[in-house]
Amino acid sequence: MNTTNKLDAKAYWKATIRLTISLLVVWFLASYGAGILFRDALDSFSIGGAPLGFWFAQNGAIYIFLILIVVYCRKMTQLEKQFGVKG
Amino acid sequence: MDQSFWTYFFVIGTFATYIGIAIWTRAGSTREFYVAGHDVNPVVNGMATAADWMSAASFLSMAGLIAFLGYGGSVYLMGWTGGYVLLALLLAPFLREFGKFTVPDFVGDRYYSSLARVIAVVCALFVSFTYIAGQMKGVGVAFSGFLGVDFNVGILIGMAIVFVYAVLGGMKGITYTQVAQYIVLIFAYTVPAIFMSIAITGSPVPQFGFIGNAAGTDVAMLEKLNTVVTNLGFTQYTQTTKSTLDVFCITAALMFGTAGLPHVIIRFFTVSSAQNARKSAGWALLFIACLYTVAPAVGAFARLNFIDTVNEATYIGDNENYEQRSADIIARGGKPVPVWYKDWEKTGLLKYDDKNGDGMMQYRGPNAPDGVANEVVPNRDIFVLANPQIAQLPAWVVGLVVAGGLAAALSTAAGLLMVISSAISHDLCKRTFMPGLSERQEMVIARVAAAGAVICAGLLGIYATQLPFVAQVVAFAFGLAAASLFPIIFLGIFWKLMNREGAISAMLVGLISTFSYIYYFKFGGGSSEQWFLGVSPEGIGFVFMWLSSAVGIVVSLATAPPPQEIQDLVEDIRIPGTRSAHGMAEGGMAPGE
Repeated sequence: MNTTNKLDAKAYWKATIRLTISLLVVWFLASYGAGILFRDALDSFSIGGAPLGFWFAQNGAIYIFLILIVVYCRKMTQLEKQFGVKG
Repeated sequence: MDQSFWTYFFVIGTFATYIGIAIWTRAGSTREFYVAGHDVNPVVNGMATAADWMSAASFLSMAGLIAFLGYGGSVYLMGWTGGYVLLALLLAPFLREFGKFTVPDFVGDRYYSSLARVIAVVCALFVSFTYIAGQMKGVGVAFSGFLGVDFNVGILIGMAIVFVYAVLGGMKGITYTQVAQYIVLIFAYTVPAIFMSIAITGSPVPQFGFIGNAAGTDVAMLEKLNTVVTNLGFTQYTQTTKSTLDVFCITAALMFGTAGLPHVIIRFFTVSSAQNARKSAGWALLFIACLYTVAPAVGAFARLNFIDTVNEATYIGDNENYEQRSADIIARGGKPVPVWYKDWEKTGLLKYDDKNGDGMMQYRGPNAPDGVANEVVPNRDIFVLANPQIAQLPAWVVGLVVAGGLAAALSTAAGLLMVISSAISHDLCKRTFMPGLSERQEMVIARVAAAGAVICAGLLGIYATQLPFVAQVVAFAFGLAAASLFPIIFLGIFWKLMNREGAISAMLVGLISTFSYIYYFKFGGGSSEQWFLGVSPEGIGFVFMWLSSAVGIVVSLATAPPPQEIQDLVEDIRIPGTRSAHGMAEGGMAPGE
């Protein structure tokens, strides 16, 4: 039922999954990693007057989330062009 | 101009705007009523999603909770933003490619089962009603604290406004009112934050003030706050008493819950393509981040201001002349109880008990070094509303904040009403029990259902006054969404072999286990020593999400795989443009119809 070439669709999906997993790794590290699991270690550094781990949990993770979605949108547009998907 | 003038000015002005927009954007068809015609611009949808998403909990409660939980409040900050990454990467574009109108639509078609659709309707209704009770409570708090209106009358006024634009305008009306509400609420949140940041840290940007030094000193603001709170016997602001595992689970439950919330997901059905759904999620998070990166600063400033103005102040009773007594106290070099405190005391949300009988208000934590007992108990929900008064900001700022709080609560309530009304008129009536309905009849049912939902929500708000803080009530909805809806939507897209039996059992396991756990520990008298693995009811949705996914996968493998046309459907929704090319992403067709 696909209007696109079958092979392209498969390769496109594979590339999408690879991109999704790598972005989710960063997502996990920025929030659960820096903000929760490794917070104590990061707290020995500071950003301005805030302990770094605490800052990640309250502010930094949000900026990273935003960057992740922007990167995802850009890369997906590229992938769609590359594999001839209409988008 | 006094404060009540400005409050009425902003509240009436914004309400009139919302109604004007509703009349201008009336919905004419079911497509317009459910999904605003599938052609909303991604930036506009991002802004509407931000208002839809940021509820009374985000606006009124969150900064207050952070102020008292310190680092522990981070669960809300990360949890309620990180979910957008999951939405953008895992759900929104695929659900948009699938098309249709609602979450139960997807569940019913993907799992080729009316029973699955009905269970999804139950989950969606359950989540939405829990959530809407919190919004109505927020409306009541805003009205009773400022307009001298009774708590219940406040709720009735709020319901009347939502009634007009949700019933009339449907999703189309809601989309454009939410844009207006976003603008109101973001101004209302950031203006006082900027004033407070300048006063406390000297920086006009709250995000910089948060990591900067306290004004006129070379001590970091957070360090000063840590010293102040530990001297009073509280845990350090940058620490928490919660276990790491519990913080982890609560954050995760809020994140996965966000991604599974029907009223957020349906917003992504309103844009024109999968690509625009992705972009829209990015814009939504940008608009949300404008508030969420300011909130921790507001929380920290509020805690400092509260301690500064209330602790060791001399109390003035209701039977005394406030002006005269406070002038006396100041003349003797003392600190009178502030005016804002007396204002809010009337609402019953602040309590003072002079335990040592010295007429002073001692505010202390559980481990006070001087051994003095705490005498002041503030309700955390009042802080955002009271902040401008506490910080002695101009009267118009107070009015603006009240209008902002109402905008936040009403925009979310409207989004939830859409979920409730479409679940009843579209998923239950049209798709399940009365497939012969004409479009015109379906619209009538949708409007009646929205009207009924408004009334139920109002009653819930009135009877929910005894429930805990707004944000905590809302936290339940997340656990339920994380455990029951997220797994089957996610697996439905990423695992072709997930079948009907698996989906039904996963939803039931998620819904029943999470509900029972929360009910037992919040209302059934369970104590925290009995928590499963030490996970609190707020975080349990994350644990049961894995359980329900595991059950779903095992059951799917043990039963017959889904039919070929369903597996083709899954392949199609993964590739943007496939279904829209066939015109399937637009109408109400199920595969094979």
